[in-house]
Amino acid sequence: MSTTLSKPPTDEVILSARGVRKRFGELEVLCGIDLEVRAGEVLCVIGPSGSGKSTLLRCFNHLEKIDAGRIEVNGELVGYEPYGSAGRLRERRPRDIRHQRERIGMVFQRFHLFPHRTALQNVMEGPTVVKRRPRGEVESRARELLDRVGLADRADHYPAQLSGGQQQRVAIARALAMDPTLMLFDEPTSALDPELVGEVLGVMRDLARSGMTMVVVTHEMGFAREVADRVVFMDRGAVVEAGSPADVFTAPRHDRTRAFLSTVL
Amino acid sequence: MRHPAPPAATGAYEDDLALLVTGRPRPGRWIAVLAAAFAAVWLAWTVIVNPNLHWDIVAKYQFDGVILEGLWVTVQLTLISQVVGIVIGVVVAVMQLSDSPVLRTTAGAYTWFFRGTPLLVQLIFWFNLALLFPEISIGIPFDGPKLVSWQSNTLITGFVAALLGLSINEGAYMSEIVRAGIQSVDPGQREAGASLGMSNLRILTRVVLPQAMRVIIPPFGNQFISMLKTTSLVSVIAGADLMTVSQHLYLANFEVIALLIVASIWYLVLTTIASIAQHAVERRFNPAAAPPPLYRRVLGNLRPGRGPKKPAAAKQAARQPEKSVEKSTKSAKSAKGETR
Repeated sequence: MSTTLSKPPTDEVILSARGVRKRFGELEVLCGIDLEVRAGEVLCVIGPSGSGKSTLLRCFNHLEKIDAGRIEVNGELVGYEPYGSAGRLRERRPRDIRHQRERIGMVFQRFHLFPHRTALQNVMEGPTVVKRRPRGEVESRARELLDRVGLADRADHYPAQLSGGQQQRVAIARALAMDPTLMLFDEPTSALDPELVGEVLGVMRDLARSGMTMVVVTHEMGFAREVADRVVFMDRGAVVEAGSPADVFTAPRHDRTRAFLSTVL
Repeated sequence: MRHPAPPAATGAYEDDLALLVTGRPRPGRWIAVLAAAFAAVWLAWTVIVNPNLHWDIVAKYQFDGVILEGLWVTVQLTLISQVVGIVIGVVVAVMQLSDSPVLRTTAGAYTWFFRGTPLLVQLIFWFNLALLFPEISIGIPFDGPKLVSWQSNTLITGFVAALLGLSINEGAYMSEIVRAGIQSVDPGQREAGASLGMSNLRILTRVVLPQAMRVIIPPFGNQFISMLKTTSLVSVIAGADLMTVSQHLYLANFEVIALLIVASIWYLVLTTIASIAQHAVERRFNPAAAPPPLYRRVLGNLRPGRGPKKPAAAKQAARQPEKSVEKSTKSAKSAKGETR
């Protein structure tokens, strides 16, 4: 029921962000973010909308380009490589970026399942098309994953025939099919009807217990408190406060954290 | 929540509604039908019994060998230039949406030029290419040595000029249709593909284009039907199509109207086949949005009160029982949780 059940985080750093800056035109959405996530750890990122949480998450698999700083996943700079002198970086070749993304699973707020493919085909798409694994092997693994998210009997349904919660669970299975070392969740339950939130959080909780390294941007404070190893509170593009759920939720040190928590708890 | 309605109830309820509610009669529609039928019969009668219209000539030439050869050329021209047009259209659409300003500008210039000048002008231009380039050769540019070279006049026959003109022009129109289709796909779909490590080409062919088809197919059907008839323009460059051979025949025997009717009947046959195919394809790619078959639309308009039944509604109704079963099991589960 609590974090004590999960596999204890090891010392291996899976994700590290240092001084990450990002601006959209005049607006600086990330003003120097520093973060570290160790193997098996679950990091929940909370904060008001517009605080840069989702943008930060999208930088982790290079869906967004950054303007300064560096992001490393599995000890490799994501999206950039050293170039020239004085620590300058330049963007990697598209093929290298694709290889890096293969190992970073992402779950979107609005699911983004491929609507023209069944649940099973959605899960099989990555391994067959990107990794070119043999179909039979991929299919049995995909069925296993659908079973794991409780949708074995929905394998041949199209996304339009599934509820939001079921679609999001298929999306999680699709990301897991690539055997990622890191899973990113971008407000995975924000687009769901309230009664469907529980089933998705349940799957994520099981995933956390199995030892998956996860970064979860969420508004579900209950989930963050129960499952997260560490919680980061972001506001206006900066990390205001970070610590264990107990620290952040019960004894926040900053006024802004307190103000935010008082509105959502 | 605890007492879900039994799934069977929905069906029974709908039947009850049908018993209780009857639409108002529509006398206006019936009067309109009679008036329209009268006008149609009268118009047909004036044409059919017209002594100046030689139906025997129409019958004689309808399946004439020369006409059939022209028909075959028309079909060939349509199919080949439409296929080439699609290929050009997809390539140009992707160029137009690319990050590279060079590709975007090139694609924009192409569409601007070939949509902006009349097809008739383009056809005559291609046919007379020899006036501009008497020789076409492959080799080093700027008067360097040539590897192969052809006389333009032997290379550009009427058929080749027709194909060039029609496909390049069609490509310009198709590119706009394909671009609109690609842009109709949720950008989140590309991101989902990218996050799995798919390349841009894979995302295009496996994720974006299949979904864009839903938007592309209806205007594409329009283009195809339009193309069937546009091929008649190639009669000005001796394209040997249905229109050209009909013209040659009536210039010899002066049966202008009869041969135009022969050609029109064939064009109608072709376009009818094409529209039937179009509806079948539309239904395949988007069952909900495709219009119902003609007879259902006609009946639906004349029967009292009810519009034509939409296939989408039927589909949803078919899915209904399954969903309610699922809901009832779920609420059963939650009920269990509560008692515990």
